[in-house]
Amino acid sequence: MKILEGTGSRVIDFARYMGALSLFAFSAFRHLFRRPLFFRLIVHQIMEIGIRSFPLIAIASLAIGIVLSMHSVHLLKQFGAVHYVAAAVGLSVVKELGPVITALMVAGRSGSGISAEIGSMRVTRQIDALQVLAVNPMKYLVVTRILACMIAVPLLAAFADFIGICGGMIMGITRGGISYNLYVDITFEFVEMIDLIPGLLKASFFGLLIGVVSTHGGFRAKGGTSGVGQATTRTVVVTSLMIFISDIFLSQTFILLFGS
Amino acid sequence: MVAGGNGKEPIVQIEEVTKSFGDQKVLCGVDLDVYCGNTMVLLGGSGSGKSVLLGILIGLIKADSGRVMFHDKDVTSFRSESEWKEFLKKVGFLFQGSALFDSMNVRDNIAFPLEIHTELSRSDIDEKVERLLSMVGLGNIQEKMPSELSGGMQKRVALARTIALEPEIVLYDEPTTGLDPITSDTIAALIGELQERLGITSLVVTHDIRLAFHVASRVSLLHEGKILLTSTLDEIKASTNPRVREFLYG
Repeated sequence: MKILEGTGSRVIDFARYMGALSLFAFSAFRHLFRRPLFFRLIVHQIMEIGIRSFPLIAIASLAIGIVLSMHSVHLLKQFGAVHYVAAAVGLSVVKELGPVITALMVAGRSGSGISAEIGSMRVTRQIDALQVLAVNPMKYLVVTRILACMIAVPLLAAFADFIGICGGMIMGITRGGISYNLYVDITFEFVEMIDLIPGLLKASFFGLLIGVVSTHGGFRAKGGTSGVGQATTRTVVVTSLMIFISDIFLSQTFILLFGS
Repeated sequence: MVAGGNGKEPIVQIEEVTKSFGDQKVLCGVDLDVYCGNTMVLLGGSGSGKSVLLGILIGLIKADSGRVMFHDKDVTSFRSESEWKEFLKKVGFLFQGSALFDSMNVRDNIAFPLEIHTELSRSDIDEKVERLLSMVGLGNIQEKMPSELSGGMQKRVALARTIALEPEIVLYDEPTTGLDPITSDTIAALIGELQERLGITSLVVTHDIRLAFHVASRVSLLHEGKILLTSTLDEIKASTNPRVREFLYG
């Protein structure tokens, strides 16, 4: 009986959270294109997110490209098709790993930062101060960060794609014995511009998720510093899960729209 | 700055305001008038609902019932963002904990409302920031971050930010809480100075009797969710009401 009660209350809590998150997202969208747009603040946030997360993303995508290439070289050598490692790495990184790794890194680095910053502002009444200074916190804090995430994540994903492919190339050349020119030729033969679009659209959607969940986490923070800590942790957990789950549906949708 | 008025015209009228949090009744029909150019002090013990009343007045908290009139407009009936915006530009609010933006330095904190709501050039804003800082008795601290300032200095910077848009009325939420007696006197002197020099109407919410005696034109005492009495300082001092005497003299 206690197990049922416990599960039931968790399900209700989850439903409440998702309901509050949806209402919050709806409210943010209502403010999305209303003036003032705080353009300078959006640019500042894009730079913040980009600069904060770039080193992590560069290292992670390089490592992913290297490891992916390592395994592919080993496998493809057995079939005498080692040069196709360029295609395997290129397509995997561009379509899937680049956007997902980027989004997870941004969620961990910048999403948690956004949540902590807004949460601290909430508990120290800085959000109330914005409101009494006749500045809409939804526009000033939330919409600017959501837009910044939606722009910064695909930009970072494009860098991640490039660095991941470079990582793959390092292994392809050193372990697979493929020449630089052949690696580049094969990559461009298999990875076309149209292949980049689904990945970047996905990245933008992940940016939206990061922006909404992290700002919502900060806005809901209560109970002093421990509340801010809890909000930050929850933000990273919820965003990561949402990225993985939405990735399934987005991938399926893009396969239907753009082909495999 | 806005002229203070004759002290007979109400700028704010709070009518039968009630507010409960769950089962706990915090305000049980509060009536209060604040007159132009006056400094009204709302006294009350901790947890008596003084800050809640200020929150309702400024729109941070929604009243369960009752009305808040600002001049002839019913604040509680505001629905559109533009109505709130125009109202909030005329009302300043000094938070108990100052609520300075900790990611901005002193200059940016004070300049913030000016950059958002006015068309002033950067040099005009800088000039105004300097003037506001000197008005609250602070020198060249524009580049300092709020965390580098003492509590009293933070409060004065917050006051400079509060009056930057030249409000008609400033609401002070426990302005001397957490400050030493000397700094408290400085803040009290500033409140008095703003009223005398600039004619700004003030509504000060506090439990600090010393501050009340220092700045009040009129005093109201909030007790158990209702206004116990509203009177001049001298009348309050002479009151024989045991609750008033208990609050004033312990």
